Amino acid sequence: MKDFIEGIVAPIDRDNIDTDQIIPTEYLKSIKKFGYEDYLFDGWRYKDQGRLGMKKGERKINHEFILNNSPYDESKVLLTRDNFGCGSSREHAVWALRDFGIEVVLASSFGDIFYNNCFKNGVLPLKLKKTEIEKLFSLSTDSPVSISVNIKDKVILFKDKLSIDFDLDNNLAERIIYGLDEIDITLKDSELIKKFEEHRKENNPWIFE
Amino acid sequence: MGYTIYDKLWNEHLIRSYDDGDSLIYIDRHFLHEVTSPQAFEGLKKKSLKPWRINANIATPDHNVPTTRDNKFSIESIEDNISKLQVVELDKNCNDFGIKQFNINSNNQGIVHVIGPELGLTLPGMSIVCGDSHTSTHGAFGCLAMGIGTSEVEHVLATQSLKVRKLKNMRINFEGSIQEGVSSKDIILYLIRTIGTAGGTGYAVEFAGSYIRNISMEARMTICNMSIEAGAKVGLVSVDDKTIEYVKKHSNLEANLINDAIKKWKNLTTDKEAMFDEEIDIDVSKINPQVSWGTSPEMVIDFNEKIPSSSIFSAEKRKSLDLAKNYMGLSDNQELSDLDFDKVFIGSCTNSRIEDLREAAEVLKGQKVSENIQEAIVVPGSGMVKEQAEKEGIHKIFIDAGFQWRAPGCSMCLGMNPDQLSPYERCASTSNRNFEGRQGNLGRTHLMSPKMAALTAINGRIVKEI
Repeated sequence: MKDFIEGIVAPIDRDNIDTDQIIPTEYLKSIKKFGYEDYLFDGWRYKDQGRLGMKKGERKINHEFILNNSPYDESKVLLTRDNFGCGSSREHAVWALRDFGIEVVLASSFGDIFYNNCFKNGVLPLKLKKTEIEKLFSLSTDSPVSISVNIKDKVILFKDKLSIDFDLDNNLAERIIYGLDEIDITLKDSELIKKFEEHRKENNPWIFE
Repeated sequence: MGYTIYDKLWNEHLIRSYDDGDSLIYIDRHFLHEVTSPQAFEGLKKKSLKPWRINANIATPDHNVPTTRDNKFSIESIEDNISKLQVVELDKNCNDFGIKQFNINSNNQGIVHVIGPELGLTLPGMSIVCGDSHTSTHGAFGCLAMGIGTSEVEHVLATQSLKVRKLKNMRINFEGSIQEGVSSKDIILYLIRTIGTAGGTGYAVEFAGSYIRNISMEARMTICNMSIEAGAKVGLVSVDDKTIEYVKKHSNLEANLINDAIKKWKNLTTDKEAMFDEEIDIDVSKINPQVSWGTSPEMVIDFNEKIPSSSIFSAEKRKSLDLAKNYMGLSDNQELSDLDFDKVFIGSCTNSRIEDLREAAEVLKGQKVSENIQEAIVVPGSGMVKEQAEKEGIHKIFIDAGFQWRAPGCSMCLGMNPDQLSPYERCASTSNRNFEGRQGNLGRTHLMSPKMAALTAINGRIVKEI
């Protein structure tokens, strides 16, 4: 059960961060679901071109990039702006965030497919108002801060300086808290799907050719 | 009260709704490729599950395949071992589960969004998913088509259904006639520039208006394909005679079955009284050829405009613009026509259909690729497109001009195969994304139509006049 997340905020002050930035295509050649931590934001994190299988230690590190510096290399919360995760549907983008240790992404909006993918992998994408995002940037830009995200009470807290209530559908919150397997849940409706399918086949036989 | 085509498709596929606002919808067609499927198949195997309905699934390798291959090529010939493994895995998974695959040697292999429609596997009224965001392409046929992640690929394989939330309705009315030299690519780039890359987020976008009615199915596919670049995972067009004509030509369905189907398909249009949450009118007669200058598909200008000065934008926007200019090696108010290009790529699920190749070939006839261009490649979207082009002699026009005539695949749109940009190379590309590093580490992409890409190949630069 995961209903409370506390961690250092890594601010990346850019909008429209696409999934090609979160993880470049080279690393999509993996057939595994894990092991993407060293490739997160690869183009920004390193000064050389990587290949699947290369480890962080073999790469030329870009020390100007925030996630390469302590304590941000242990951040659990990513703070960014509009339209985070736009572009390609690659779930590898979420796997890379998860494997690096990011558990919450704060942004003013998200790409639709990325947003869905997050909830399948225990990464919580939170849509906040632009003014709230701005406030979080001003709080976290100069020196590292650690915030807490209470998923049950739907509130973000930073000491006594900040309290932001967020909206999150209960079912989505539950997916993060309990990490439920959606296939198992859907298969409980097997009979319903079968009936629907039979009916559809009767009325639209060309689809089933 | 009337329904939009999206509402109709939604109601047609709705299995059940949940209390929390999510719904379960039935999936008619599932396309698979080698990049986003291996983890899904692995998941199925771990749970000892089988695909719910085998013949709903169609697979083809497209992202990793080398485009320099010939008839003798086999999977074993893929030099990059990691790419090879992914193609081998798809082959293995399709064989293990009995899924129909157009493999690397098949004449029907190609980019999944190109082969679906041309093989008659995309039919109006279908719900279609694929682990690829450009699945929106199939919306051109009045389909409920969207890209999904790998967990969802597994879910669809296992349950023939998808858990989703209903989107809001948006309609874009493209009215008027386009100017000479303008194509559907320019229209969609102009839209993305206008509403932004998040403009369509949360919406199913219907493309309508006299312009849409007048254009071919290929042009409609180009527009629906890039609806995701405007943030909309669903882009669609109401069914009309053109849709039906195309499907009749490409489908193998028996005559009586197709006649029954047509009666249903004709109803797949938005009702006159239907209400949209958002509606935008665009006069296409004023749109010029569009070229992207930056690292987001909304960073687009007319071909003869200057790179926008960051000073006129808000502080928040300015930062992104400056980062993009820095990455692209550009400065404020620079002319697009001043830039020297290194490579030209004609291809991708956006612009690799026969009509796109004809458009580029028309410009290239009797012309030569500029000496300054190091490499110009044309990658047909499918075996069928390639064959058709060769029948028409289009391949000769490309080859005579100095282009390389390649075998089908996604190729340099995302450079998972050897077709990539080297650092700082500038590319005129008919693809869909100009993201940093998309076509190769530190590569610089300028998105444009096939015609503009062909002109850039000849001139080595973006032309000032057309």
